[in-house]
Parts: sequence; C-alpha cells; structure tokens
Amino acid sequence: MHPLIDSRHPAVAKIGIVLVAIALAVLPFALAGIGTAWVRITNLAILYILLSLGLNIVVGFAGLLDLGYIAFYAVGAYVYALLASPHFNLHLPFWAILPIGALIACMFGVLLGAPTLKLRGDYLAIVTLGFGEIIRIFLNNLSQPVNITNGAQGLALIDPFRFGTFSFAQNASIGGLSFSGPVKYYYLLVIVLLVVIVINLRLQDSRVGRAWEAIREDEVAARSMGINTRNMKLLAFAMGASFGGIAGGMFSAIQGFISPESFVLVESVNILAMVVLGGMGNIWGVILGALLLSFVPEVLRYTVGPAQQALFGRTLIDPEVIRMLLFGITLVAMMLFRPAGILPSALRKRELETRRATT
Amino acid sequence: MTSAPALLVATAIGKRFGGVQALAEVSFTIRQGEIYGLIGPNGAGKTSLFNVLTGIYPADAGEFVFDGRPLGGLKPHEVAARGIARTFQNIRLFANLSALENVMIGRHVRTRATVFGAIFRNARTRDEERAIEKRAYALLEYVGVHRRANDLAKHLAYGDQRKLEIARALATDPRLLALDEPAAGMNATETAALRSLLESIRRDGTTILLIEHDMKLVMSLCDRVLVLDYGKKIAEGVAADVQKDEKVIAAYLGGDITLNLKRA
Repeated sequence: MHPLIDSRHPAVAKIGIVLVAIALAVLPFALAGIGTAWVRITNLAILYILLSLGLNIVVGFAGLLDLGYIAFYAVGAYVYALLASPHFNLHLPFWAILPIGALIACMFGVLLGAPTLKLRGDYLAIVTLGFGEIIRIFLNNLSQPVNITNGAQGLALIDPFRFGTFSFAQNASIGGLSFSGPVKYYYLLVIVLLVVIVINLRLQDSRVGRAWEAIREDEVAARSMGINTRNMKLLAFAMGASFGGIAGGMFSAIQGFISPESFVLVESVNILAMVVLGGMGNIWGVILGALLLSFVPEVLRYTVGPAQQALFGRTLIDPEVIRMLLFGITLVAMMLFRPAGILPSALRKRELETRRATT
Repeated sequence: MTSAPALLVATAIGKRFGGVQALAEVSFTIRQGEIYGLIGPNGAGKTSLFNVLTGIYPADAGEFVFDGRPLGGLKPHEVAARGIARTFQNIRLFANLSALENVMIGRHVRTRATVFGAIFRNARTRDEERAIEKRAYALLEYVGVHRRANDLAKHLAYGDQRKLEIARALATDPRLLALDEPAAGMNATETAALRSLLESIRRDGTTILLIEHDMKLVMSLCDRVLVLDYGKKIAEGVAADVQKDEKVIAAYLGGDITLNLKRA
C-alpha cells in the first residue's frame, strides 16, 4: 500500500531506502570535495526536480500542456524577495513567506486555468506561453509609476532562510563537521523534495489523481462518469502552481538576487523537456529527466572546453553551443526511440488476490 | 410493467445543429425496471438524444424529467450524479489505465476524498479507497472481465472493452443505464452473453435505455421500443407491434423508390 515500499520484498526495500538515505546524507560532502560549485549545482538540480514534479501534475497527470510554468516559479520568487529584502524593508521569516508564495502562485494558477478550461493541446500551449511572457513582462515593467519589482535590475540582498540565529547563508560547525551555506540548503531542499515526492505519489494514487488521469485520457468520458472536469482542471493548475511557488521562494533565498531574466520562456521549455524526457506522468521518470537535464550540461561545461584544449590546443566550439547541440540531438533521438520518455508512465498493478483474501 | 412508475419523462425534446434538425418534438416515458429500446436508421438522432439527455449538449426545446426532477441545464457530471450513466457508440475507455482503474474512476461521483485526504491518507480516505477498489473488482466480476483487471483497457479484446464500459457506467450507481450500441461488432456468442448481462442488470434494479442495431437483440430484450427517423419519433410501443409498423418498415427499407431517391 505504501507507495515507497515494494510490498513484495519489504526487507530489500527497507535496505534500499536506508542506502539511499545514507547516499543523500553523504552526497554534499563528497561534492564539496570536488568543489563547492557542485553543491550549488545540485541545489539548483533539486529546484528543477521540484519544478518538474509540479509541472508533471498539470502535464503528466491531467494532460494539460503548459508552456508558461516558469511564471509560477517567478511569482513564488518575487513574493519571497519582496517580503524579505531591503526593497520594501520587509523581513518576514521564510516559514511565513513560503506558504504565502505558494498561495499566491496557486491563485495565479487558477487565474491561468479559468479562462483556458475549454482549450486543449496546441491552443492551450499558446495561451499558457503567452501567460508566462505576460508575467515576465510585468515583472520587468512594474518599476513605475510605483516601484514594485524594481524592473530589469531585479531585487538584491534577499534574506537567506533563518531560524532565530541559525542562518542558512553562513558556515556552521556542528559536531565537528563544517556545514557551508549551500550544504545546509541542500539538506533543506532534500527534505522538501522528499515531502513533495510523497505528496505526488499519494496524489497520483488517489481519487483525485485518477480523476486527472481520466481527464487526460478522455475528457468527454470523464465528464459523463461524473467528474467535475472544471474543478479538477483548476485543481491541477493550482497544485502545480503552488509547487512552482514554493520552489521559487527557495530559489530566491538561495540566490539572494533575482531578476526577470531568470524566468524566460526557455526555462519553461526546459522544465517541460525534463518532464517529457523522463516520462510524462511517471514521478520517478520526471525526477530522472530533471536530474539528467540539470547535470549533463554542467558536466559538459567542465569537460568539453578542457577536452578541446587538450586535443586541439584551443577551444574550437563554444561549450554552450555543443551543449545545445547535444540537447537537441538527445531530444530528437528520444522522440524517435522512446517517445513516452526514459521511464514511461507504467501500468499500476494492484495486488487483488492477496487484498481480496484479507478483506 | 405498465404499472411501474415513470423514471424518465422526455417532453418535446428538440435539438438543432446548424441547418440540421437532429431532434424534433421527441417525447417518451421510460418506466422503472424497463429495458427501453431506441432504434432508427443511421443519422436518425439516437446518439444526439443520448448527448442531450446526458448534458453533453443543451436541448434547444423540451425537457427531461428524471425521477420527478427536471434535468434541464445540468452539466454531464451533474447528470451522472443524479443517476444516469452511459456508454459510448465508439468505445471511450481511459485507454492507458488498467481495467480496474477505469471502473474505479466510475466510483468518483459516489465518493468524497479531497486533495487533503489524498495527501494525508487519513483513515477515512484509506477505507474509502479500499471500498472503491473492492466495488470496482466486484463489478468487473459482474460483467466477466475480472481476469483482465490489471491489464490496460486498450489491450482488452473488443467485446471485453464493451463490457468494461458497462462496468464503468455501473460503478456510478445509476438508476438509468444508457447504452449506445453495446452489441456493435460482437459475434453471436458475445451478443448472447451481453443479453444475459443486460437481463441481470435489469433484474438487479437498473433501468436500461438501449440504442441498438441488432434487431434480434432489441426485439427479444426490450419491453418497449421508440423508433426515430430524421430526428422525429415515428413509432413507439411493444417490440412486436413496432416491427409491423409501416412507417418503421419504410424508414428502414426505404419505403418506395421515390423516397429512396430523395434520401440519396
């Protein structure tokens, strides 16, 4: 019954969970050994996983193509930045702002969902794309007549997460181990990620999740079976958006600086690519897709340049170009050979015989 | 049977699509416990009547009164909640979900778990989930596709898909089950099995509205039959009488040559 534990081999599953937990706990120290940059990259990767999981609710579960998802990330980030920076001289604690950010992002989700209820596929994609751009353009221009977002200059000196005197931005020594700022954020992000994964697994395997999947599969049949498709679609938009809002708030705090440039269309496309590459509707697939598309480009950044230097004595092709080239080739190859993603959404088998015997 | 109270009363239903009058002045009454047949040539308006009845299209004229209360203006999910479930002429299952999950989705309208229940998995939600699954499996057994419970709906044989659609509709606890050509594409054995399934559904207290082209099935199964042609009611009554009705024969066989030409 528990989604994380394979009930056929409970002992194996438990050992697996312990091993994964140890690996996750040790990982930042191993990465810090290579370079602190890698801890930051990992943190960013976890943020992308959070975003992909949020988008997966809309695209993977409910089947609503959303090309403007980054807007919710932006809303979450700006809510945090405005309420915890010198800009308005507000410094609310993060545990108060994150829920506010999630709620406001959720409202924006409904705002996007409501007028697009009757749209599907290409048409929905166009409207959501426009929505994402509208939000970004607003952020860019809401600096006058009243300066709300500080326009293209963005917002700086955003507060880090803080519990009393315990700040996530400073180094701390606990039990002889030195925890740098990024490492502390890493642990916080992992905890948030685990919570979000459990929420997603539970949502998918529930009355609500099944209703979303029914809408994805056949909206007319879903309505005829008594599913209020309007409410369920709005719920999908709202849930997806609130995850984006939470991720945005954390991004804001980790970076300490945000500007509309972080929330461009390419980012929406990137997150959608993570979902599609990994396997729409499959939570583990989406996580894998987000990890691959976050890490592989970084690995390339550190290897392609030096490799060219070693081979030719100079950089022939800009690493960024090679990155995009490989990215494009990978996506085309995926669509040809595994159109449903690396880990396609699998059939959920239910253990009927055992269950029936016990009930 | 004639003494049974009315379950569905349709009064002068009209529906127009652009220049086509799909339904005009269609009135009929379905009594509780009946198997009520709806027949007519292709394009006669049978499926349009289903779509208007189940709220997919609003009616232009007339009204349905179901179980004493009008259905006017209700959305499809509200109609389902009131107790009318349907199947589709061109099977519309949730293809990439298991047979069992298809039926479990049918329970949606009779269950209550919210997002919060789903996330926190409180005792009530867990109980409800167990009940949903149990009921869904029982319905699969009822229609005879329980051995394929864990297979994707799209991988089921055609006849099984039809039965699965009926199970999914039954999962909404309907008082009226509206079936749109359930025997289409079935062989004689499958049709015989379908007939006994429909008989047991009726025996278990669900009224059936049946669109069907298999005349043998209609004539042997239906208590009363309504014949539509060009959106109009041309006959209604006991199967044997309707079969002999001249207008019905004309509609099906084309009547005389001139009528035939006009149609082409």
